[in-house]
Amino acid sequence: MGDLSKGRIIAVNGPLATCEVGQEHNVLQNEVAYVNCQGTSLKSEVIRIRGRQIDMQVFESTTGMMVGDDVEFSGELLSATLGPGILGMIYDGLQNPLTHLENDQDFFLKRGQYLNALDEDKQWEFTPAVASGAIVKAGQFLGSVPEGLFKHHIMVPLMLKGTWEVIRIVPAGHYRVSETIAVIRSTEDGREVPVMLKQEWPVKMPVRAYQERLLPNRQMLTQCRLIDIFFPLAEGGTACIPGPFGAGKTVLQQIISRYAEADVVIIVACGERAGEVVETIREFPELEDPKTGGSLMNRTVIICNTSSMPVAAREASIYTGVTIGEYYRSLGLKVLLLADSTSRWAQALRESSARLEEIPGEEAFPAYLESRIAAVYERAGLVRLRDGETGSLTVIGSVSPAGGNFEEPVTQNTLKVVGAFYGLSRTRSDQRRYPAIDPLISWSLYLRQMRESLEERSEGWAGLVEEVHRLLYEGSEVHQMMLVVGEEGISLDDLVIYLKSEIVDAVCLQQDSFDVVDRATSLERQVRDFLLLMDMVHHQFTYESKEDARREMTTLHNLFFQMKYCPYEGETYHRYRGEIESILAGIGENSE
Amino acid sequence: MIIEHSYIIRIQGDIITVPAKGIGFGELAEVKSRHGISLAQVIRLKDNGVFLQVFAGSRGVSTGDQVRFLGHPMRVAFGDALMGRIFNGSGDPIDNGPNLSGLPRIEIGRPSVNPVRRVIPRGFIETRVPMVDVFNPLVESQKLPIFAAAGEPYNDLLARIGMHANADVVILGGIGLKYDEYLKFRYAFEDAGVISRSIMFIHTASDPVVERLLVPDMALAVAEQFGVRGKRVLVLLTDMTAFADAMKEIAISMDQVPSNLGYPGSLYSDLAARYEKAVDFEGAGSITVLAVTTMPGDDVTHPVPDNTGYITEGQFYLRKGVIEPFGSLSRLKQLVIGKVTRADHGVIMNSMIRLFAKSREVEQKLAMGFDKTEDDDRFLHYGQLFFDRFMDLTVDIGLNDALDLGWKTLSECFRPDEVGIKQDFIDKHWINN
Ligand SMILES: Nc1ncnc2c1ncn2[C@@H]1O[C@H](COP(=O)(O)OP(=O)(O)O)[C@@H](O)[C@H]1O
Ligand SMILES: [Mg+2]
Repeated sequence: MGDLSKGRIIAVNGPLATCEVGQEHNVLQNEVAYVNCQGTSLKSEVIRIRGRQIDMQVFESTTGMMVGDDVEFSGELLSATLGPGILGMIYDGLQNPLTHLENDQDFFLKRGQYLNALDEDKQWEFTPAVASGAIVKAGQFLGSVPEGLFKHHIMVPLMLKGTWEVIRIVPAGHYRVSETIAVIRSTEDGREVPVMLKQEWPVKMPVRAYQERLLPNRQMLTQCRLIDIFFPLAEGGTACIPGPFGAGKTVLQQIISRYAEADVVIIVACGERAGEVVETIREFPELEDPKTGGSLMNRTVIICNTSSMPVAAREASIYTGVTIGEYYRSLGLKVLLLADSTSRWAQALRESSARLEEIPGEEAFPAYLESRIAAVYERAGLVRLRDGETGSLTVIGSVSPAGGNFEEPVTQNTLKVVGAFYGLSRTRSDQRRYPAIDPLISWSLYLRQMRESLEERSEGWAGLVEEVHRLLYEGSEVHQMMLVVGEEGISLDDLVIYLKSEIVDAVCLQQDSFDVVDRATSLERQVRDFLLLMDMVHHQFTYESKEDARREMTTLHNLFFQMKYCPYEGETYHRYRGEIESILAGIGENSE
Repeated sequence: MIIEHSYIIRIQGDIITVPAKGIGFGELAEVKSRHGISLAQVIRLKDNGVFLQVFAGSRGVSTGDQVRFLGHPMRVAFGDALMGRIFNGSGDPIDNGPNLSGLPRIEIGRPSVNPVRRVIPRGFIETRVPMVDVFNPLVESQKLPIFAAAGEPYNDLLARIGMHANADVVILGGIGLKYDEYLKFRYAFEDAGVISRSIMFIHTASDPVVERLLVPDMALAVAEQFGVRGKRVLVLLTDMTAFADAMKEIAISMDQVPSNLGYPGSLYSDLAARYEKAVDFEGAGSITVLAVTTMPGDDVTHPVPDNTGYITEGQFYLRKGVIEPFGSLSRLKQLVIGKVTRADHGVIMNSMIRLFAKSREVEQKLAMGFDKTEDDDRFLHYGQLFFDRFMDLTVDIGLNDALDLGWKTLSECFRPDEVGIKQDFIDKHWINN
């Protein structure tokens, strides 16, 4: 590589800085550059090149930057560092570890401090898996180190093309992330490349070092009943959660991040409140991962670029998160990425587009919004790796539509690319019906796609779900009617339909995230309770009067309601269950 | 480095352009015109052109007027001597108190707190307003706006909470505040004996619009300094919609493409930068921010309340003189309910609201002329009791009394199996009569 390019600042407009470079220099799109501002180097990224004029988004506050300040180009694209030790970390959008920044800073973030993403001193116990002479491709495993309970495979750098021969590999032992553990040689041009425990990947490019992509056909269990039963999510699938403010997007994401059955969870706090991340940061280390018995933090990575942190780094944060997700997927793991909120990321795009004076599209978002959104969600997926195993990256993004109106560009463009839509409604959240996912507008393409594997829950499962779904529609229609014609204006049968749908709503759809029992429902309990609920739905109630219907159904409602708060298989659980069963049996006898 | 003089070559809106070199982005300058001296801030650099927003506005400024750069961003005086003092929108004292030029000066709008140095909020702030304490409790370090249409008594509510909140320092940021309202705050604080631990930054409705932009930043910068020194600070900001409107004016003068109703695309980030100053510092004090956001046209989907709602930790809707139970929300309530407050707090809150929703439904039904059932009567009765005992803003009771009153009200109106409350709580609290 020749000399690195240099330039001089000629304009500053908020986080957008423009510099001029000499004729002899070449500049890459998305290259990282550093602006020397008041003695501090500020990281930035090239976002437009026009002749010798280079526009850069600066990842820090530009206060004090002057015309004439020096710019140094790095020759590299904005990249993430990948390797053992990422799990449990709390990073900012540029993968600076926030917990380490803490050591030499006071309460406040200081601009221009960039640290290694991985601990360079830590020794990892490496066990080789191949011998010299082996022929390998990008993404294939050369050996592994233990990371928590996982076997963290060390891969042939994902960036390499073609086939390579291992010409040297170190024996089992302890190594640091930057030590060379193998040397490989290209079978095509004889070029030799050292392999370390860590590698770099440009965040805006998808990782494609796998055998093939597969159609997602297995469920990603979230332990949220509304999702798992009505709008199931697939492993390797995508979903979005749009909703007005206060409807419960963040709480839903938080609860999923805790109880979803994933190996690795990546939380991208993108342009939202710092306080919400703090809850995660402080609580996760204390929480137990039911799967491993270890701390929940050991399976979690937090990327934190909250609303008052620099806006350009917010744009990067989603890419950093997705890249880490793809990396862990390449290791054969089941990865879940939660981004809250993708609208803030889109707004970051809008802010930089406005400063570049690009022609604005709808609501001033740039014309390329659609393709950028699609590109992010398309990085999710279920893949077959080179060794035949599978890995998956599932992505759930929340969307914060202006005015709570789903007709806006970010929601609409997201709906075009995701596999499931969990639309939160203001009406439901106002009624405290949480999670406020509106069953009448939400959908999941995976219900069909996974039909076969869902039948393993219970025979005819998908059919039952569709049936209850219809009941909810009917119940809502009756309710609408009641608002117009009053209870006296509807038939007794309609009233029963409505009361049944209210029971389903209260005990199956609604789930209290702050109750120790109700907040997560295991697959087994979901199936059992749902089947009991179906017995109620299928039951032919016969009542003399509406008063009778109301009274009886209120009792039943209350029993189901009490049961859902009882620990599964506990004594009280069985007691309520028994009472429900005998009512259903009792009335059944009378009515026949 | 102070660069004397440079001359204005262009004026658009409240933005002026001067040719100058060696000027830093965000730097402060003084513009000297026939009408006096105004502060101005660099908001854009382009080649040798420096764009400044003039806080006193550009009226009366002419090309050729002199600009003097100060070599640093906006600063404000800081120290214990600020207590009890009143400042205008550019940070100068307006209360004829002692001179403060000896105090150190701090920069405003500084970087955000490292998220890992925050702790989970845990302090319950009792306001003695039952709609707040019972249904949407205020938590230390929370950021919470009052959403209200023009004409609602939002400043009264703000002052009332400010006086009850028992904070070490109360900082009032008045943005486009009517002079009478300012006086009302002052007298209320004096009467309550809060004035000696309060600091006021007052920009009044008749002051230049751009000057509004400084008020939240000054108030919050001072709050931050007290906060890191272990003080529990309460910041009151009224009205943040006026602040957003000033940003809109600047954006339009800069020919920025608006995103919605003329507001810049950065509105969310700009508001968040202020509200996110609310914090509970690990091992130090805290900053709680209570703000007013007036809703133009009583429309909550207007860009200012809408973006605010996405940023803040809930909101209180003030409508027809009462805090609306629906739509009002304290997102931090679960951190204190049943943990700091009584164990039955959560069930009372949920159940009472749910039943009140029902009583509203009944009201609507009857308004449409349907027959009244026996059930309806009970719900109407409950609705009335709920209003008189909880919603009425003149009610002034502590939390535990309010919770007891809640059980009493439920027991008076309903059967225990109708209220959707877990059996253990019913057993313990239900009043059988
Ligand atoms: N599943 C839930 N169970 C109980 N309360 C909830 C639930 N979801 C949301 N809430 C309530 O709603 C409030 C707002 O939710 P949040 O997720 O922060 O909204 P959003 O992110 O959509 O703005 C929470 O603070 C909580 O009080
Ligand atoms: Mg949220």
